[in-house]
Amino acid sequence: MTEPHPQAETAAMLADDAARILYCRCAYAQVVPAAVKDAVLEGLAAAGRGFEMVPDLCEMAARRDPHLAELARGDRPLRIFACWPRAVQGLFALADAPLPKQGVEILNMRTDTAEAVLAGGLATPDGARS
Amino acid sequence: MIAEALLPPRVVVYEGAGAIPLPATDRASIFASLLDRGYAVTRAGAAAADLQAGGALIVIGCFPDGPPVVSDPSGRCDVTIRDVTGLSVGETVAAVEEARGERRMNRPPEASAVANGPIANTAETWKPWFPVIDTARCTNCMQCLSFCLFDVYGVATDHTLRVENPANCKVNCPACSRVCPEVAIMFPKYHAGPIDGGPVAESDVHREKMKVDISALLGGDIYAKLRERSADAKTRFSKERSADQALSERRRCLTKLADAAQIPREVLDALPSPEEIQRRVEAAAARASAAKEAAGAADAGGTA
Repeated sequence: MTEPHPQAETAAMLADDAARILYCRCAYAQVVPAAVKDAVLEGLAAAGRGFEMVPDLCEMAARRDPHLAELARGDRPLRIFACWPRAVQGLFALADAPLPKQGVEILNMRTDTAEAVLAGGLATPDGARS
Repeated sequence: MIAEALLPPRVVVYEGAGAIPLPATDRASIFASLLDRGYAVTRAGAAAADLQAGGALIVIGCFPDGPPVVSDPSGRCDVTIRDVTGLSVGETVAAVEEARGERRMNRPPEASAVANGPIANTAETWKPWFPVIDTARCTNCMQCLSFCLFDVYGVATDHTLRVENPANCKVNCPACSRVCPEVAIMFPKYHAGPIDGGPVAESDVHREKMKVDISALLGGDIYAKLRERSADAKTRFSKERSADQALSERRRCLTKLADAAQIPREVLDALPSPEEIQRRVEAAAARASAAKEAAGAADAGGTA
């Protein structure tokens, strides 16, 4: 644990203007391919930026977890790594935390490859990978 | 079953100023291990937001100058800090578990437990299975509210359909999605589309409309048929005094429904008595009717 602290990583992690990232592990079911969700998590962990991870969006929505409302009403763009967009939008609505129509991008780990998901989810507005 | 008391602690993996980053080779494994045990995890930077959310917060990191002092002046957050310098992935996870203490939380099943068959549905092993409404498709016809015998659905203050008691839903039963004429009911943990939330094709809508009258599967009103079958079984029971035979009859008559609507057998076996079914059906129908009338009155008031 003596790895030097990369200043660039710290800066990116704490940057306020970057899109927020939310990763859902779908831990209570096996409907998202394990290889995809593991590879996406590794990609996010290596990307050198802060992000939020939840064990299962369904479980949080059922509890109407207040954290979902905080995520939905944030003032920065939000990228959600989960499953079908229709389902994710419905889950936030069920939790009384409807997602805004603008500024939210949902990446589907259920059908897409890890590479495609990471390429879309970590891209900056100018198309580069952050 | 999914009470606020079971709100899991949030783990903040802090790698910002004053801390040394976790080894790159361990980072994703630590995240995955914590998530698979039911913890929500934040990587650095967002601690302030988490404090606002309240609840229990466990902050882990490698602090060369000792753990920082963190407190929540509002008192809404219970903050615990653990220095995980030099710990392996397993030891780091164990440190979080130790910091959690006696707090109860819902937990995902372990892979080995899943392989051994169905898991008992308790407060700490609840599989989040419940309907999710696609509000863009839902027309608030309330057919699902009328259909569900377990009070999963309710009506919101604006007279629209609402999933009120998700924990009442019967795990792995997608039956209500099959009575929705608009394909607006999703079960995100279902294995196939469009019930899993996948795209809805025009052919799906036609198919759902064709089978919306699920009672047709039994050649009539489903509840009437259940009552009739049960009454028959009761008559035979009174004559033959055979509880086993009555149960066997009930199973046989429900097989067709189970197969056609892919309803788990346990759900059908758990159905209440015919009298209770009748009472619940009438109560649900009354609620649905009242909601539709209220919505109609609100619309009329708005356009008057």
